[in-house]
Amino acid sequence: MTVAVADPMLPQRYRVTHAQRLLDDTVSLRLTPQDGELPSWQPGQFNMLYAFGVGESAISISGADDNGFEHTVRAVGAVSRAIAALQVGDSIGLRGPFGSAWPVTAAEGADVVFVAGGLGLAPLRPAIEAVLQQRERYGRVVLRVGARRPQDLLFPEALERWRLARDVDIDVSVDHADTQWRGHVGVVTTLIAGARFDPHESIAMVCGPDVMMRFCARSLHDEGVADDRIYLSMERNMKCAIGLCGHCQFGPSFICKDGPVMRYDTIADRLNVREL
Amino acid sequence: MKDLEQILQSHAFLGGCEPEYVQLLVGCARNLRFDAGEYLLREGAAADEFYLIRHGKVALEINVPGKAPIVFSTLGEGEIVGASWLVPPYRWTFDARAVELTRAIGIDAACLRRKCDADSGFGYAMMKRFVPILSQRLHATRLQLLDVYGKP
Repeated sequence: MTVAVADPMLPQRYRVTHAQRLLDDTVSLRLTPQDGELPSWQPGQFNMLYAFGVGESAISISGADDNGFEHTVRAVGAVSRAIAALQVGDSIGLRGPFGSAWPVTAAEGADVVFVAGGLGLAPLRPAIEAVLQQRERYGRVVLRVGARRPQDLLFPEALERWRLARDVDIDVSVDHADTQWRGHVGVVTTLIAGARFDPHESIAMVCGPDVMMRFCARSLHDEGVADDRIYLSMERNMKCAIGLCGHCQFGPSFICKDGPVMRYDTIADRLNVREL
Repeated sequence: MKDLEQILQSHAFLGGCEPEYVQLLVGCARNLRFDAGEYLLREGAAADEFYLIRHGKVALEINVPGKAPIVFSTLGEGEIVGASWLVPPYRWTFDARAVELTRAIGIDAACLRRKCDADSGFGYAMMKRFVPILSQRLHATRLQLLDVYGKP
């Protein structure tokens, strides 16, 4: 018997079934398959979204239910601008999911430290939801969120819901604020030192701009978290998403195939190589 | 109730500090309370006292004429407010405002400088505690300046 294997390079047609503007340049889209079922996925993975006639872009999955994926997109280039401009009812191509996942199951029994910067909260959100859905399986849960300004915070409703959830230590810091803001001001790394978790029994998951992740990983290391218990979600110029084209090569790894979620001890040296 | 020496000993800034040095510091210290909105220090004023925060939150601000002040950092429990007392001409370079009820230990800067000058071992011990904090803050400020969450 011949079993048809889906071509990973062939986009499937999806329809935008919900669109929500989160920030001036950032939207969340709910994408529902037009044919067949939603493929299985794990928190941390990404899809290649194809704006017809414009191009493809790798976008992390920021949520999903039985009917569709949620993707949070910031309009910064031609493709992401085209995706962010889609309306409910529009079609989009989608390949995936691809890549490695957050160690949600491996973290069971441990304290879990999430550190998100800017749009980095989107790829972490499914992992946070997964941990909170089975809260009893984890030790302390700590979430540290950094943003540019208070009005740039992603998912404020989710943050409030998580804050009200059982035994979750959430703190937010912004880089700039006026006197109306009653939270922290300063880089998110400064919130790591004061967090209460057992560094020897913790798994840390970090997502945000490269520079922010590099310094967060160092802060976690300084707090005593072993490098092999720190995970970062790397971002490079992903094209084929299956480790063939080499666009996202990161030393001996391909971010699309070996990442995007990568263990810090395996990449720490490479993070300091300017050419990478 | 804890006395001043016990309070100082339990503050993160003095963690592991030799007891005789804590005793020296007690002579320069006083207990303080700031209500929300109250200023601990003002830009341009004499930097004659700095603060070890016990509880609460303090915003460091730069005043902008005709606009609301810009908060560039917040500090909380276990942190120190103010370093300008270390460097002539001993003038504050920003405002510090209590965001919420804040309890702190105020350290008389002139008193501490005198004791540091008189006992170089004590002075060196104090500098070893201050310099890493200053270094961390400089580093954090650099990261803030990078505006990493801005448009790529």
